[in-house]
Amino acid sequence: MQSSPKPEGWSSRLGVILAVAGSAVGLGNFLRFPGLAAQYGSGAFMIAYFISLVLIGIPICWAEWTMGRYAGQYGFRSSPGIFSVLIKHPMGKYLGALGVIIPVCIYMYYVYIEAWCAGYAWYFLIGKINFTTPDQVSDFFQKFVGSTQDGLVVQRGSNQVVLFLVIVFALNFVIIYRGLSKGIEFFCKWAMPALIFLAIIILLRVLTLGTPDPAKPDQNVLSGLGFMWNPGQVGKELLNPQLWLAAAGQIFFSLSVGFGVIITYASYLTRKDDIVLSGLTASSANEFCEVALGGLITVPAAFMFLGAAGVAGQGTFGLGFNVLPLVFAKMPFPGFFGTVFFTLLFLAAITSSLSMLQPGIAFLEEALGVGRKVSVTLLGALTALGCLFVVNFSKDLKALDTIDFWVGTFLIFVLATILIITFGWIMGVDKGFEEAHQGAHIRIPNAFRFIIKWVSPAFLLIIFALWVLFNVFGWNIDTGQFQPTGYVADLIGQPGKEPNQVARLSLALIGIVVVFTVVLISAASTRWKKKLTGIKAN
Amino acid sequence: METGGWIMMILSVGTVVSLFGWCLFRVLTLAPEEAEDHLHGELDIETHEKD
Repeated sequence: MQSSPKPEGWSSRLGVILAVAGSAVGLGNFLRFPGLAAQYGSGAFMIAYFISLVLIGIPICWAEWTMGRYAGQYGFRSSPGIFSVLIKHPMGKYLGALGVIIPVCIYMYYVYIEAWCAGYAWYFLIGKINFTTPDQVSDFFQKFVGSTQDGLVVQRGSNQVVLFLVIVFALNFVIIYRGLSKGIEFFCKWAMPALIFLAIIILLRVLTLGTPDPAKPDQNVLSGLGFMWNPGQVGKELLNPQLWLAAAGQIFFSLSVGFGVIITYASYLTRKDDIVLSGLTASSANEFCEVALGGLITVPAAFMFLGAAGVAGQGTFGLGFNVLPLVFAKMPFPGFFGTVFFTLLFLAAITSSLSMLQPGIAFLEEALGVGRKVSVTLLGALTALGCLFVVNFSKDLKALDTIDFWVGTFLIFVLATILIITFGWIMGVDKGFEEAHQGAHIRIPNAFRFIIKWVSPAFLLIIFALWVLFNVFGWNIDTGQFQPTGYVADLIGQPGKEPNQVARLSLALIGIVVVFTVVLISAASTRWKKKLTGIKAN
Repeated sequence: METGGWIMMILSVGTVVSLFGWCLFRVLTLAPEEAEDHLHGELDIETHEKD
């Protein structure tokens, strides 16, 4: 089989940065971050947030860029291939399997949420969403996503979400098929500035709302910002481990570290390309969207129209698809601002979902020795089946929620830990820094040698251990007792509650992807070894 | 909004805006040949890959 005559690559520095930033900027920037900051009191939360950014966010980001570009010089683009270069042990490449499994599994449900954003944008545009009560919004959401019963959305004529899903799914694959520079890079070069522009329109609208309801003078723009940014009891809150977990988790998931995406994107760079400034720019673009745009839009707007009671306790989906449609409905020109906001969310989602496909494409090309057309077709079939599973088992969004928990949270922690330990201890900090500084336009401060080797792994392991204690074993910090959480109870059952079959099937789906990936790595290992030996001999 | 709220907001937003602005300035003011010279996906090492 002949290798591709023209290697894929990025066409511009800004393009790479925007593609990585696009991967990082997602729904969490505009919905999850402001909700957490308001919940914990912004003072303590932002202190923990910025400490986490410096101790784990940016270091892991630099580590991923460096390791990806390093292994890319050996012709490896997929996470397992990259790990076969980084870790000499034959098992090394299997650790890299997580860098394929994670983005592929997440894509299966993320594209579904992307379809919700597209659907809401369209319905706002045509004036179908114009609700006046929370019950109306909630009913619409439940019917639209099919969360009242399994299979509702695939029943003929029952709902339009499938139509949006097909369109969005196809759009992702059309873009990805066009390749790295003509597809992902080209799209992100337009989508990211457009996203920021739309966010600024919404921001200006929110900040100029004044007192929307004269009958409720205490719900004005300043009190909305105060609800989001008033510091609360900083000293007391900083002693709360849940706050650190929330802040570190937000940094972690927001920057797309531990996804297998950055390492793949960076593998297409050459040794003379800067990665230090590019990595920092992509991270700072994400932080800008999250803190400066997300932090000033959603929660203050929701507070101004609905008060503290309307905002408190809302999760990401609650805030985005139940609270905000009601807020926009109460604004002047609801159709316009609703459309702009959900288009913004759609762009944030699609730039992320595109990045989730590239690791799978690179892996299939490398493992099977096939071209882009075949790999795109194979990945399309695999993710379509997974997506169909998620959509079919839509009751209480159980399949989506289960995969998100075990892959979108648990496995990401695992991969990020592997990445930072590989960089700091296997590749070595000295070699890693030397490699990172090849072609660099700025230097990484020397303090990060100590941080990357000792602090980041320790901090990450502590956060991971806390996460497992709280979210898997259900540790109650006040009573000291353990009560397995719903995610575990769904799988093993608990007194008076049978295991949930959909949750078990979801885990089986993840297992199928794991087996598929491991078998392909095993089949390709001899060829990869030969390739690596050949390069080193030269 | 409390004074502490103003301080938190200005510090947080100011930090990320400054960082992003500085990074963007550095990236956009690189000389074109310096910035784009090597971004074409060519491998520095010839792999001689046939399979």
